Amino acid sequence: MTMHLPVTPLTATAPDDFVAEHVRAIPRSGIRDFFEIVQSMSGVISLGIGEPDFVTPWHIREAAIYALERGKTGYTSNLGLLRLREAIADYVLEHYRLRYAAATEVLVTVGVSEGLDLALRAVLNPGDEVLYHEPCYVSYSPSIALAHGRAVAISTREEDEFKLRASALRAAITPKSKVLLLNFPTNPTGAVLTAAELEEIAEVCREHQLLVITDEIYSELSYGEAHTSIASLPGMRERTIFLHGFSKAFAMTGFRIGYACAPAPLIDAMMRIHQYGILCAPIVSQEAALEALLRGRDDMLEMREQYRLRRNFLVHKFREMGLPCFEPRGAFYLFVGIKPTGKNSHDFAFGLLKQEQVAVVPGTAFGPGGEGYVRCSYATSMEQLEIAVERIARFIGSCGRQ
Amino acid sequence: MDEALLNLLEDNALSKPETLAAQLQTTPEEIRARIKQLEDDRVILAYKAIVDDERAKRTQVKAVIEVRITPEREGGFDRIAHRIAQYREVQSCFLMSGGFDLLVFIEGKTLQDVAGFVSERLSTLPGVLSTATHFNLKTYKQQGVLRHKAAAEERLQVSP
Repeated sequence: MTMHLPVTPLTATAPDDFVAEHVRAIPRSGIRDFFEIVQSMSGVISLGIGEPDFVTPWHIREAAIYALERGKTGYTSNLGLLRLREAIADYVLEHYRLRYAAATEVLVTVGVSEGLDLALRAVLNPGDEVLYHEPCYVSYSPSIALAHGRAVAISTREEDEFKLRASALRAAITPKSKVLLLNFPTNPTGAVLTAAELEEIAEVCREHQLLVITDEIYSELSYGEAHTSIASLPGMRERTIFLHGFSKAFAMTGFRIGYACAPAPLIDAMMRIHQYGILCAPIVSQEAALEALLRGRDDMLEMREQYRLRRNFLVHKFREMGLPCFEPRGAFYLFVGIKPTGKNSHDFAFGLLKQEQVAVVPGTAFGPGGEGYVRCSYATSMEQLEIAVERIARFIGSCGRQ
Repeated sequence: MDEALLNLLEDNALSKPETLAAQLQTTPEEIRARIKQLEDDRVILAYKAIVDDERAKRTQVKAVIEVRITPEREGGFDRIAHRIAQYREVQSCFLMSGGFDLLVFIEGKTLQDVAGFVSERLSTLPGVLSTATHFNLKTYKQQGVLRHKAAAEERLQVSP
């Protein structure tokens, strides 16, 4: 005689339980929560925008339209259109003194975001440590975790113009350290490193056999000394993955085009992940990117000048309000210390939003070291900035009275 | 600094001296003095509003006239160009290369005004050989300003 027992699972499985542990451990972006509150309000002036306020220059948009008209709607080579890779190789040689072979050392990606993800996944074994400077772009730590690496943040401070110092880097190195992730000019602080300061960092990297992944997406938007790439320093080319793209300098965020330049074995490893995961970047966007490189420089310089003038205006206004802030040397953000108001980042940002309908991003979204700061983007028109600073001044006045 | 100041004023002549000073990292007093100097030197000629006649419901007749003239032994095109430029109806007047000499932009209340100006005054001037008048039918962009704004703002309000 056989007995049929009812089959009951030992534990009930909720959909949550299917989510991988390392994904479960990743927190939601602090920006995301803030964004949802801003979306629900009207009349908000946003200084929380991490992309240019300019529309992509017309000739670049027109090149995309023309590509569609000619029926350019298929896949491209996994690495990207050869003509675009050649133009990229020429561009990085002319402006960064970096020499890469278009055929084997350049990979066109879906924004720098994909480039960074590919680079991390291509080089990290589980548990490898990735060093990076903080406050930093929101996705570095999660991207490292998703690639099974260990994120090791090195704090930078306003007194030191948010620069990464060789001594701080050296102190953070362990036998598991494999990669140094750099982002100069930095989102959210606008920090830059001079060639001499980069050389000190490079020395540590050579000494400790570190690979450098350098995200130079804001490099055209440098307002002082000309930008230097760490990849151009002696002995660094062979240990650097250079990431760049079109989003910021050419106001092309929605086109989603970036690129990676590195020695062939590294590009080949990244390409193998890219070819199975993404196949190729969209061809219409690649055509637009080519136009940007060939004929977009004047537009870029004009936008940069606008950002520089707005930065001057905002820095001056914040100083007038009694919030002396570090003058950013690149990108389009001001990282304003708000400690004199007696509020923390969260309360300042939410209070300002509620009382005066101005959105700024709490500094803590960019790492714990961002406490006491808010990020103000000046990728917003002068008219909007003028209204925003009046409102912020009124808000700060009200903080003092409480 | 003058060049940067001029660029900013060309972009928005109503910018406040305080704002301009902050942008150019100087003082409002310095900005006021520079502007005064530029006006005195007639580098800045005037400040005007750019008006969309259609939205303002104004019926202005605008035309562009190609004028061929005989250059004079002394002064070339200048004397006659100055004479033409004086007329109230003339908005702009340029010496051009190519198949004609002067390009004259004129405005009048009616078609007859413009036609009368061309036939009675412009063509009868000594030295004017011929004219060809082109009437504006529609304006899409004037002085660097598009009539229609770009598509509605769809940018995310907060992004990383």
